[in-house]
Amino acid sequence: MAVIKHESRTLRDTEDVVRVRQAVREWAIACGFSLVDQTKIVTAASELARNAVLHGGGGTVRLEALNDGARRGLRLVFEDQGPGIPDVTQALRDGYTTGGGLGLGLGGARRLVNQFDIDSRPGTGTRVVITRWK
Amino acid sequence: MERIPILKMGDNLLVSIQVDMHDRLAMTLQDDLTARIAETRARGVLIDISALEIVDSFIGRMLGNIAAMARVLDARTVVVGMRPAVAITLVELGLSLPGVRTALNVEKGMELIGSRAAGPDGRHQA
Repeated sequence: MAVIKHESRTLRDTEDVVRVRQAVREWAIACGFSLVDQTKIVTAASELARNAVLHGGGGTVRLEALNDGARRGLRLVFEDQGPGIPDVTQALRDGYTTGGGLGLGLGGARRLVNQFDIDSRPGTGTRVVITRWK
Repeated sequence: MERIPILKMGDNLLVSIQVDMHDRLAMTLQDDLTARIAETRARGVLIDISALEIVDSFIGRMLGNIAAMARVLDARTVVVGMRPAVAITLVELGLSLPGVRTALNVEKGMELIGSRAAGPDGRHQA
């Protein structure tokens, strides 16, 4: 599998969340995603970008266009150096929230993509990697 | 400050969201709408989201909050024009917008809002 193109973006405030949504949309179109697939990865990106801003105190996202033989995909790597998530299993459960939201962000984002990996430790921050294939 | 316009038409308020909203703008809309419902004694609120390319959990929550606040103020909310791709994604995300009435387009949405006047006591028909 090859990364054919990549780009990093900063996530500081909720306006950056909108910018990331737009960037992910452009990349998803360039990857040849269907409208529904575009919408799914943009929505997942919106949830994870907001998490990084609200819970992680800001962070970054790296967009990667992938080529795996005939398959094309889009991988997004969200990283923050925030307080981390003490119990990831609990955080992935629907309805679990610390931020006053609906508690659908992490679990919902996971359902919208093909691959979802999360690495979080208290005190060191959180890294979420999602991939959607065409 | 950036704001989404709220139009008054008879007893109803109309909102058409034409921009990709950041969270603060969504919160401002929620507050503005609630204030306008009370101020104008609106009976119906129609929100057109046909230009929205996504509805994530934050925007979903805003729509739910608006519908709940409007209900408490005796107004009915109808969200119209959701794109099919947005609807598919929303359900997979786990959001079914409980308490939010939806219609396919503005015309059907206005019918829904108008139909409440036909209720036996002219008040809110659940």
